[in-house]
Amino acid sequence: MTGKPKKAAEINQMAHPLDDLLRTDRIPHIWCPGCGIGTAFSACLNAIKASCEDLDKVAMVSGIGCSGRGAGYIKLDSFHTTHGRAIPFATGLKLGNPELNVIVFSGDGDLFAIGGNHFIHAARRNMDITVICVNNLNYGMTGGQAAATTPYNAKTTTTPVGNPESPFNLPLMAYASGATYVARWTILHARDLTLSIQEAINKKGFSFIEVLSPCPINYGRRNKEKSLDTLKAYQDKSIIKNNAHPADLETDFSKSIVLGKFVDTDRLTCIESYDKTCRLG
Amino acid sequence: MAFWRIPLDAEQIDVTRGIVYIIEDRCKGCGYCIEYCPKQVLAFSKKFNKKGYHLPEAVKPDDCVNCHYCENICPEFAIYSAEASPSAEAVSG
Repeated sequence: MTGKPKKAAEINQMAHPLDDLLRTDRIPHIWCPGCGIGTAFSACLNAIKASCEDLDKVAMVSGIGCSGRGAGYIKLDSFHTTHGRAIPFATGLKLGNPELNVIVFSGDGDLFAIGGNHFIHAARRNMDITVICVNNLNYGMTGGQAAATTPYNAKTTTTPVGNPESPFNLPLMAYASGATYVARWTILHARDLTLSIQEAINKKGFSFIEVLSPCPINYGRRNKEKSLDTLKAYQDKSIIKNNAHPADLETDFSKSIVLGKFVDTDRLTCIESYDKTCRLG
Repeated sequence: MAFWRIPLDAEQIDVTRGIVYIIEDRCKGCGYCIEYCPKQVLAFSKKFNKKGYHLPEAVKPDDCVNCHYCENICPEFAIYSAEASPSAEAVSG
């Protein structure tokens, strides 16, 4: 009997190391069992904790979709924007207060379908923001429709016999538009992902990280893949190849998936080149 | 992980020991921590939590080396490990 109250006291003291960055009253979150967004989010929080000294100078912006919920779970300045407009909002934040570290945490549908043009133009201007794209290969929140990132021949609600279209190669698009930091990881590579996000936050210029993540309920179920099977596929088929050419990075799960850091260059950011051109003297 | 032979300085190396903590009501039973624990410390328990998911439990708690991988891969912020303090070890041992 004496052991029992002690145990209860121990349980009350228990707090996850990330609880100080989480709105714990909203946890457990809405993401499905086996969904990888939680892991990507936790990697992002770990990276923020490790690389930002002043947490008052960090802001997270997210768009619409499952991963858009991220902004609601972080206990920092954050904003859940309208569909596809996470990057324009982040651009405004950065221009208004250049001291801020602005992180965009959103999904593939939000960043590359409805928000595709905002993405390429922010990369072209080299806005000093960090974009983390959780790529679950379909529109998860609306019921698993085919997205711009759905692999060739994959089954979704709107492509029941297989997707006839080719997916976007996201790192190539970021590279071609002028991003200065491009990387791709899966949620299985949680440590590499955390380090990569840390690097991206410290990097001046437009940084883009694609995170491959399972969507067991809407994508996995229609492609006969349980969430653990997806992680097994990440483990078996991924090859880490830093500095690989972005044109060789198709997401084709019948072959191998190349992960790593592909681009890390420097050029003038939007604010710097504005100051140089328009604020003479 | 199995070694071919025991390293010569194995006696002198202090292996960190950890304690796994599970926040039961956050768990959704995805099994990632169980599958990817490098020391196979965890297994599904027969117990349910408040929401009806099967939880992981530490079946070999003494094997935990505090690598934090379960903490990193858990999508639910439901599991973490902490370094076992030497005094606690002395008490339990």
